[in-house]
Amino acid sequence: MLRVSSSPHVHTSMDIRKSMLFVLIALLPSAIWGVYAFGLRALLVLVVSMASAVLVEFLLGRVDHKNTTGDLSALVTGLLVGMNMPPQIPIYIPVIASAFAIFVVKWTFGGLGCNWMNPALAGRVFVFFSFSSQMSAFSAPRALAADTLASATPLSAVKTAISGGMGGLDYEGVLSQLGYTTTGIAQSIGEALHISPYTVDAFLGNIGGCIGEVSALLLLAGGIFLIATRVITWHIPVVYLASFSLLSWVFGGLRASTGLFSGEVLMPLFTGGLMLGAFFMASDWVTTPTTVKGQVIFALGCGFFTFLIRYFGSLAEGVSLAIILMNILTPTIERYVKPKKFGYVKPAKEAKA
Amino acid sequence: MIKTSTFRRGGVHPDDKKALSKDSPIEVLPLPGRLVVPMSQHLGAPAKLAKAKGDSVAKGEKIGLASSFVSADVHAPASGKIVDITTVRLANGATCEAAVIATDGDQEDPFVQRYEWKDLEPKAILDLIREGGIVGMGGATFPAHVKFSIPEGKKVESLVINGVECEPYLTSDYRSMLERTDGTLEGIAILQRLLSPRRTVIGIEANKLDAAAKLDGRAKELGIQVDVQPLKMKYPQGDEKQLLKATTGREVPSGKLPIDIGAVVCNIGTVYAIWEAVVFHKPLIERIVTVSGEAVGRPCNVLAPIGTSTRELLERAGGLSEDADKLVSGGPMMGFAFADEDVPVTKGTSGVLALKAEPLDEGVCVSCGKCVAHCPMGLMPNRMFRNIKNGRYQEALDLGLLDCKECGCCAFICPAHLPLVQGFRLGKKMGRRK
Repeated sequence: MLRVSSSPHVHTSMDIRKSMLFVLIALLPSAIWGVYAFGLRALLVLVVSMASAVLVEFLLGRVDHKNTTGDLSALVTGLLVGMNMPPQIPIYIPVIASAFAIFVVKWTFGGLGCNWMNPALAGRVFVFFSFSSQMSAFSAPRALAADTLASATPLSAVKTAISGGMGGLDYEGVLSQLGYTTTGIAQSIGEALHISPYTVDAFLGNIGGCIGEVSALLLLAGGIFLIATRVITWHIPVVYLASFSLLSWVFGGLRASTGLFSGEVLMPLFTGGLMLGAFFMASDWVTTPTTVKGQVIFALGCGFFTFLIRYFGSLAEGVSLAIILMNILTPTIERYVKPKKFGYVKPAKEAKA
Repeated sequence: MIKTSTFRRGGVHPDDKKALSKDSPIEVLPLPGRLVVPMSQHLGAPAKLAKAKGDSVAKGEKIGLASSFVSADVHAPASGKIVDITTVRLANGATCEAAVIATDGDQEDPFVQRYEWKDLEPKAILDLIREGGIVGMGGATFPAHVKFSIPEGKKVESLVINGVECEPYLTSDYRSMLERTDGTLEGIAILQRLLSPRRTVIGIEANKLDAAAKLDGRAKELGIQVDVQPLKMKYPQGDEKQLLKATTGREVPSGKLPIDIGAVVCNIGTVYAIWEAVVFHKPLIERIVTVSGEAVGRPCNVLAPIGTSTRELLERAGGLSEDADKLVSGGPMMGFAFADEDVPVTKGTSGVLALKAEPLDEGVCVSCGKCVAHCPMGLMPNRMFRNIKNGRYQEALDLGLLDCKECGCCAFICPAHLPLVQGFRLGKKMGRRK
């Protein structure tokens, strides 16, 4: 039987399922690193997050008489939720976060493609505000476990210290005063490159933090993989990271009273989930503008709000809240920002009579 | 390293699949016993049938007369007898009147004498083109004499010859450039005489650099002034708007024609047909058809008379395999799917493809923005589609629906495999009805 259908008769093989598979592959190195750094407990958190996300998606599918777990989007949401959890989190919290993400944020609005907020982020923020103390208790990574305190991530430790009056110091100064240590590798690399060993550790992933956010290096590698395979474009991550870095450099020094153009760039860039947010959450298809111009505006907004919340807000949730805020603005950006049409000519002004 | 250019915005890179048939030389199809010659093989009004059932016709004799300015004559592809006047369904789904010719054995080629054209006035050349029933052979089938009737007050700056053939699978223009180099170049010289352009460019994509080199070398030997411009591979570069952007850097304004920026675009196959019409007074009665796809045994390039049935072409190409899923007339990006193997070859049939099934499941729009990023016209297919789906045709028109030329980039790249192009066709129809 020959079929008749509308052109085109060839299509890309890069469908939703394959794209989601690529996202999973891109996240994997950082997730594996998290398990290595924080132990098998972290693996349990990841598995529980993914399992509960997929299970909720499956059960809701029963209501609609369809099974949408095959598109792998719920698995991606689950993995992102898990990677956004501190390693020692009580296990019911990621379950709640995944369920909230899939049920409230995704399903109630009509499922894949209809949600207006990144489900994984919304899940994380929901449990962050519900279980603030558990969500802020971190453990030290394997490489530092023996000899460092670990109640807070370096980023929030610095924030607390500076707002507590410890001004005039850079990150390295504050962290060493607080008693944070660095790995031997970081010390030798830092010496060779003349950068702070704390920065090197943050880049490699030897710091406290959520399971999947600690290794800037591996997240960067995953992000580059996604750009190379054209699952995402470079616009959002690059503009986001660049605008945030620029603001940190120009105005970041104000907080520690070291003046304009003195803020640190690398340490803030490598810590606090910025890499994870920029490459895997701010670049989410569903909740971001579809035009390049819109994406640039979106990313500038993310950079601006991340900077604002991190440096002048009272919470540690800079990246998550900034992205969610811009998710809310996305429909507005979509309405007003359109690409320039091919062969567009400005309508001639009417000649004055 | 050869310097290549391309158009900037949008476009996609489908697998070009040209290897299937690109090395197969043009083969002349033995004359079929029966030809079905439709009266509507061009854009515009159908030709009016000038013969009746039972009439004998000679090869190249006019059997259909152009019925208005935008229309084209139709000629008998072979000598024989008209045994029936019937209604035929074409590959695009439209029906029209057709003459069924039973060919006879006496096929002498009446088009061997060369006529001198170098002293002809442009007007006389244009008449020969009209008499030949020449239409654009790239697929759009716009009558050539209409395109080359330059409106008063306009001047042709650039004549751009389209050797891009950006549709996957198709290799008929490629073979034509390789095997009919001299005729093609003399055809270009004829067009230069007709239009007196300041500059002539041949645009050829980088997967056909051997053809580009051959044309360039022969043009120099023959003393024909033409720039062969290699282009980066990107679909839909063969569309005249994208081709002009790539070769001249200028954009045809929305709703305007190439001549409004002083350009005329002509397909490589059409150039050859013009050469035959002017030099041998031979009308357009045959064309090269690429018969290809994964579901035929032996992909090839066939020189077939107009009116040959698809069945005969498929047989020539080793027959249709069991798992064939679709027959497509033209390229896979913009061609028409059809199911009837009796559909005849027309002046615009650049290829007949037999494709196997693609595993496709339609999903939902995830707002990934790929259709927007890849639209060569700078439109927002996602929003137009959503509006059309909800019956808001005016909103879709306001978003530029009429600028859409259905190139299929959006539907090709869509990760949800949404039938975007189908939606836009519906939207245009419904929008016009209001």
